[in-house]
Amino acid sequence: MSRLLQANAWTAGLALLLVVLLIATKLIQPDFGASGLDSLARAALPFALATVGMAVVVIAGGIDLSIAAMMAVASVTAAVLMDGASDGEAVFAVLGVLVLGLAMGALNGALIVITRVPDIVVTLAMLFVWQGVALLILNAPGGGAAPWLRALVAGGITIPGIPPALTEWMPRGFVFLAVVVAGIWVPIRRSKLGLMFYAVGSDAQAAYRSGVPVGPVRVAAYAVCGLFAALGGLAVTMGTGIGEPIPGPYLLASVAAVVLGGVVLGGGRGGILGPILAVLVLRLVRMDLTLLSVDPNVAAIVEGTIMVAVVMLGAVLATRGARHGNGG
Amino acid sequence: MATAVETPGLGARAGRLVVDYPLIPLVGLLMLLVAVLEIMQPGIVNERWLSNTLKFAIPLAMLAACQTLTMLTGGIDLSVGTVATIAAYVTATATPLIGAPAAIGIAMACALAVGVVNGIGVAFARVHPLIMTLGTGLIATGCLLVYQRTVISTGTVYPDLLVWMGTGRTWGLPNGLFLFIPFALLILWAQRRTGFGRLLYAIGSNEAAARLSGVRVWQVHLALYTLSGAIAGLTGLLYLGMVKTASLSLALPLDLPSVAAAVVGGTSIFGGRGGYGGTIVGALILTVLATMLTLLQMPEGGRRILYGAIILAVTALYIRLTDRS
Repeated sequence: MSRLLQANAWTAGLALLLVVLLIATKLIQPDFGASGLDSLARAALPFALATVGMAVVVIAGGIDLSIAAMMAVASVTAAVLMDGASDGEAVFAVLGVLVLGLAMGALNGALIVITRVPDIVVTLAMLFVWQGVALLILNAPGGGAAPWLRALVAGGITIPGIPPALTEWMPRGFVFLAVVVAGIWVPIRRSKLGLMFYAVGSDAQAAYRSGVPVGPVRVAAYAVCGLFAALGGLAVTMGTGIGEPIPGPYLLASVAAVVLGGVVLGGGRGGILGPILAVLVLRLVRMDLTLLSVDPNVAAIVEGTIMVAVVMLGAVLATRGARHGNGG
Repeated sequence: MATAVETPGLGARAGRLVVDYPLIPLVGLLMLLVAVLEIMQPGIVNERWLSNTLKFAIPLAMLAACQTLTMLTGGIDLSVGTVATIAAYVTATATPLIGAPAAIGIAMACALAVGVVNGIGVAFARVHPLIMTLGTGLIATGCLLVYQRTVISTGTVYPDLLVWMGTGRTWGLPNGLFLFIPFALLILWAQRRTGFGRLLYAIGSNEAAARLSGVRVWQVHLALYTLSGAIAGLTGLLYLGMVKTASLSLALPLDLPSVAAAVVGGTSIFGGRGGYGGTIVGALILTVLATMLTLLQMPEGGRRILYGAIILAVTALYIRLTDRS
């Protein structure tokens, strides 16, 4: 048990921080309860999905700056396809958007591998491209979302046999997140592919010499990131009921959460649980600021400052780590 | 194999030409675009068009100076659009309260402050400039929104000097050139002839080597990003005089083209190669291209896609060319 704790000290610390923040929230707002948890889950869902996507790419030694723009493409595509569509058609729309996400991510990865231009430049260029695509699909916020899809993330879950007083403490947003991560990331992590992500991320050269197909693995990592970006975009549409062509601040938020979650920028280390906890911590801070009736713009400044500070701290730690790693 | 080395292929020679003298193919490309424009709409290329093209290329070229200088060290500054907007908005809204000189002073102080924060993040915390400037841009936008609430009723005044500079013409040429020509000469002189300029190239080519030869890299980064903020603020002032509207997204549409102008102008996004001369031509190319896109009625989304594709294609091309030589 103690060894397990030691290995996951960072994640455990984050979980503790989350608990402290939850208690603080309860103190600020004494009637903070199931509905508060539900709104936290709904606010955090797009951020969490973006962060998982970003974490996968960062673990594989890359970074994807186009993640927010891909989310915007997925969001508007879903909203346009589902606008006025029947429930059955909406299912196909959702599947189509997920395939689109995979394709967008794979294109990012393929361009990086083929052009040999560094990931940061390629995904910066693709950030503009995907932004343009989103604007071409939908020039202003609009479209619609199928009611069943919106219901997927609203309120608590219902399990027959368990009293609703208990299940309302399990917001559907969290359940959705858990199902998606368990359904997509956990199988990958346990498979050879997941191991290859970590191998390429920690040392691409060594991975190549041990027979890992570095190029295809990179493309796969970006494709997974694209898939999560598509899910994040869907979550935006689910939450608001419309498509948003202008991407939200998901890029910086996901990078900050990944760093705060203990994934080292540069690759090869960290997991998914830490970043998800980090997202919740960051969202909860924002929520507390709102509960303290801080001006939303001031809250945005505070949040941005926290995120920049986290990224700066992470960079300092990464530089230290690299120095120690080189024995100097 | 030996003969191949003695007489390199046409492609390799063309590649070396592009890498060594980027201005020659760039000016050729500019002429080609102007010719295409004249064919698309005969008679469009006249004195008035030239003056307008220069007028709109100036703020772009100035913002692209931020990108060029930061890219020489392997960085980038994505906060320039926000900084320029803040400088413009603060000037326009503070002038009725405290007068033009003080308002401009405050606006430039804000721009410098963002630049200093960028510099601190890049120099000391070693955050990637892209992430750092994106973050400060986000925070600065938040600050601008808060500031906007406090001045919502004051109205806006555009200082006469800026309006004269932005919209006036002398001998048919935009007055902005009075600001831009000394500015461009200063940057060109600084990058070629001063120690600071050489340090930018040194850090961009090989930061570790520069550090080992005694360069205090953090000082260079701090000065560089502060300078970049100052240039962006200055551009915002000029742009305010040009468009005479104080909006919260004034110069934001220039963000992306400024990166594209520097990249098209032959400045390597990885550092160590390029210069401001190419960037000026790059800004002209993009302005002519923008005129064409307007003629073709290309929507905003299409433009962004095109700019993104240009950045990617040009960078990939430069990598291929430099690999061969």
